[in-house]
Amino acid sequence: MNTTSPLERVLRGIAITLVILFFMFPIFWIVLMSFQTNATILQVPPSIFFEPTLQNYRGLITGQLVTDTSSLEIKFMGNLFNSLFLSTTSVAVGLVLGVPAAYAFARLKFRGSEDIAFTLLSFRFAPPLLVLLPLTIYFQQLGLANTYGGLIWVYQLIVLPLILWIVRGYFEDIPADIEYAYRIAGHRWWTTFRKIALPLAGPGIAAAALLAFIFAWNNFIFALVLASADKQPVTVGALAFITASGVQYGQIAAGIILSIAPTFALALYAQRYLVEGLSLGAVKG
Amino acid sequence: MSDVSTGAPPRRRFKVSRRMLPYVLSLPALLVCIGILIPFFTAVLYSLQRYRLSQPWARKFNWGENYLNFLSDSSFWNTLKVSLTYAFATVGIELLLGLGIALLLQKRSRFNNFVSIMLLMPLMTAPALAALMWKLMTNPGFGILSYFADLLGFTNFNWASDPQTAMLTVVIVDVWVYTPFIMILLLAGLRSLPQQPFEAAALDGVPRWFVFYRITLPMLTPFLLTAVLFRVIESIQQFDIIYAMTQGGPGDSLTVFQVEAYLNFFQSTNVGRSAALMMILWAITFFLSNIFIKNWLRLRERQRGEA
Repeated sequence: MNTTSPLERVLRGIAITLVILFFMFPIFWIVLMSFQTNATILQVPPSIFFEPTLQNYRGLITGQLVTDTSSLEIKFMGNLFNSLFLSTTSVAVGLVLGVPAAYAFARLKFRGSEDIAFTLLSFRFAPPLLVLLPLTIYFQQLGLANTYGGLIWVYQLIVLPLILWIVRGYFEDIPADIEYAYRIAGHRWWTTFRKIALPLAGPGIAAAALLAFIFAWNNFIFALVLASADKQPVTVGALAFITASGVQYGQIAAGIILSIAPTFALALYAQRYLVEGLSLGAVKG
Repeated sequence: MSDVSTGAPPRRRFKVSRRMLPYVLSLPALLVCIGILIPFFTAVLYSLQRYRLSQPWARKFNWGENYLNFLSDSSFWNTLKVSLTYAFATVGIELLLGLGIALLLQKRSRFNNFVSIMLLMPLMTAPALAALMWKLMTNPGFGILSYFADLLGFTNFNWASDPQTAMLTVVIVDVWVYTPFIMILLLAGLRSLPQQPFEAAALDGVPRWFVFYRITLPMLTPFLLTAVLFRVIESIQQFDIIYAMTQGGPGDSLTVFQVEAYLNFFQSTNVGRSAALMMILWAITFFLSNIFIKNWLRLRERQRGEA
């Protein structure tokens, strides 16, 4: 594979350029739109040269959508907060529930352990609406409808399997002898878990948490079905925002950019672990 | 394992909890999920009932009637057709494109690593937001892609608002979001392959297409299967992109399973039909995910063995 003809190199170059163009152009274009006024967005032909404005972002952050004719209140910052709160709390709960379970599955093989682990995994693949539709009725009866608590609970369906299977792999990679040695030295199980297993699996736990956060942040259907406006995360809020703001396209673009920036940042930070996370711990990057 | 632990300082309380320990550790996670399993059984019941939210008095078991009705229900067959078309089109294109890009980026170099990280950005975009991005770009008034289509001679190319091209549009969005998923898994797979067969083939002057079909592809198969099955399972359940883009329209051109069930539940308030639709989708995904999990486990074991 080392001998490449000039022709091949040119073809490869073209192919890579096309690939980058297709995958990067939408992001590039929406970023441009977010710095434009409606007047420049509606210009035909479209141009990449314009006077950039921050008014879209300012409007979103201050929560006042000011147009020539009226002023409209927008709650986009509230959606952003909901996304942050729901994702962070779901991951925290997922870690508290998932890490000990992952340790049990990795270290303390017990009767039914594999069955339970696979049952938890299979949640990842069931159609979400199958559960969500009856859940709307139950949540109303239980008073969980449109509460953060109810949403965080349902978010465990995405967060838990991910944490469980990634962290399990990391626990399995720790040589059991280290733990035994520590135990033989007279330490209790809990101390061993805290002082030996947890720190050694630390990077894996962090990676699982970051990925779970990204998946929770990007989720759409749970909140669409179970939350109303004041509890909705950005994915659902942005959709409502389009109908509410009518034709403020620059603002919609700015809202999209603000909503995807956090996951991009986390993904860049956690890129080493992405492959492992996306394959639920099967493939190492 | 437990032999070693009995070597620890003898403490009665400890020994008892030792046997219970794994259950104590895994039970909370399980309980949280079981809470969510109950609605699953409720959905089974709903699917066997005549149940409309608008006519609660007429609610009763009609057993298999919801399912039997599907046989003569053209909109059900449309749902099945649209879902399968979507799944095959998206995963087919994503597989070819993802494999192609992975091969392009296979060599470890600073540039290739940079590109592969950049290409992950669409995958990190929430699918619903990705659909909105493309909606802005295909807007007939100012969308850049509508403008390009115009330049290329496709006047009045209406993207998602035309039943003729709606499927094409959502497939493009799906390809944009999920191709990097297949690409990144295959890239990891390609880079983990042992080098000896390739070196031997190069020494013998074996043509490269032959190397690709006889060495690369067979060795890559576990990765391909895992990536493709994963995508098929997700794709046949796609909701976010389609709902955010067109809410299943125009007409019934994009009413895939989950969108149709959602509309049945919230618009026509036909809970029974909605639940029956979801049960059929569940049966399909259950079948697929069993195959997937077998492959995924084999790959997991193998990768762990090498690590």
